[in-house]
Amino acid sequence: MRASIFAAALCLLMQAMPAAAQTADPIEPFNRAMYSFNDGLDRVALKPLAQGYAAAVPLPARVGFGNFINNFRDIPNAINNLLQGKLGEAASDVGRIALNSTFGILGVIDVASEFGLERHNEDFGQTLGRWGVASGPYVVLPLLGPSTLRDTAALPVDYYTGGRHLVIESVAVRNSLSGLEVVNDRANLLDAEKALDEAALDKYVFIRNFYLQRRLNLVYDGNPPRPKGDDDVWDETDAAPDASAKDKE
Amino acid sequence: MNRRFFNRFFASALIVAGIGGAQAALAATAPDELIRTVATDVQTIVKQDKAIQSGDMRKTLELIDAKVLPNFDFARMTSLAVGRDWRSATPAQKTDLTAEFRTLLVRSYANAIVRFKDHQITVKPLKLKPEDTEVTVRSEVRKAGSPPDSVDYTLYKKGEEWKVYDVAVAGVSLITNYRDAFGEEIKAGGIDGLIKSLRTKNAQNAAGGEGAAKK
Repeated sequence: MRASIFAAALCLLMQAMPAAAQTADPIEPFNRAMYSFNDGLDRVALKPLAQGYAAAVPLPARVGFGNFINNFRDIPNAINNLLQGKLGEAASDVGRIALNSTFGILGVIDVASEFGLERHNEDFGQTLGRWGVASGPYVVLPLLGPSTLRDTAALPVDYYTGGRHLVIESVAVRNSLSGLEVVNDRANLLDAEKALDEAALDKYVFIRNFYLQRRLNLVYDGNPPRPKGDDDVWDETDAAPDASAKDKE
Repeated sequence: MNRRFFNRFFASALIVAGIGGAQAALAATAPDELIRTVATDVQTIVKQDKAIQSGDMRKTLELIDAKVLPNFDFARMTSLAVGRDWRSATPAQKTDLTAEFRTLLVRSYANAIVRFKDHQITVKPLKLKPEDTEVTVRSEVRKAGSPPDSVDYTLYKKGEEWKVYDVAVAGVSLITNYRDAFGEEIKAGGIDGLIKSLRTKNAQNAAGGEGAAKK
């Protein structure tokens, strides 16, 4: 209930800020500072921790832990699919939780995927997006990293729909679980990191664009509206650079 | 009997006719089949090639050059990533931009293919209509124990051949992702500034620079 009032207030807030998001990053100086802070912290603490974790914990155990966490994440998946009116998906998420929590031994084995119930990726930020709330400016949060105003505002709802505080009573256990989750997630990214280093002219810009596009894609479950104007550039110049298509340095 | 012999003879003749011929045969195929063939071929070769697996960049680039690049249209890709400013670029600048952007992307791809070696790649069938000139072929890359990542290829029909001009990983399009970064470089230093940045970046990558990306 509180969540829905909160959401309504947020919608008003968003509508009050007209399409100021022409540039998606009006607070870039702050964001860059935050990015540097996070990056520094990652370099001295999280990354070494994740590397140690990846070296010490065998892959099957990491996969099992990932599944265990994902089983919890299916709870907000179900709730948000319901909120977005995707009843079939919501039912499938509930089925996943039921199957994985029992046959999958508290979620450690993702049996539901074997049965063809695929895991979704939903959160309240996406639900708001589906309801028509614009993402607002890009924000880099301390510790948590890339977000937008909308997605940041959605975080408390994600916490309450996460369901962990209902299932796990001990705060200490909950916090250790979250800590381990962060390290596990970071370990999964170790591979992709070199690719990012090599592909990005400017890592900050690259990550920002990646995040914003990814979120847009998630809001529309893989079929975002095609941005307009993609092709005008080409049509006018179609003939000109043709030779370079086959060039060899 | 006779006919079978003939077929076989014909097939060997085709093989003898050479690698160039194979390229042309490939290009005429449907877009989804094209992606599937290339993905499977590359994966098979990487699985067998110990040198590529241990990071032999020269060999990896040779493989990409032979199997993958002929199916891409980098000029179109680059023009879309550069966006509006492409119009004001001279032909020489366009050629340079295309070459440098291609080097950058090929390098990223080269790093990825070894990691994808044991992943399961599923290319989804495409309903191609005869009048289609632009299609998106969707595929999934699944690593054991993790949810699949989507990799979507956008192709257009260039003459009789299908050419890839955008790739979207997890819904994130390469073209769109580079557009902002390119725009900022151009705003700061013009087209030549962008070419210079790309060149510097490629040189850093080639040198195997750790922490090569500027912050």
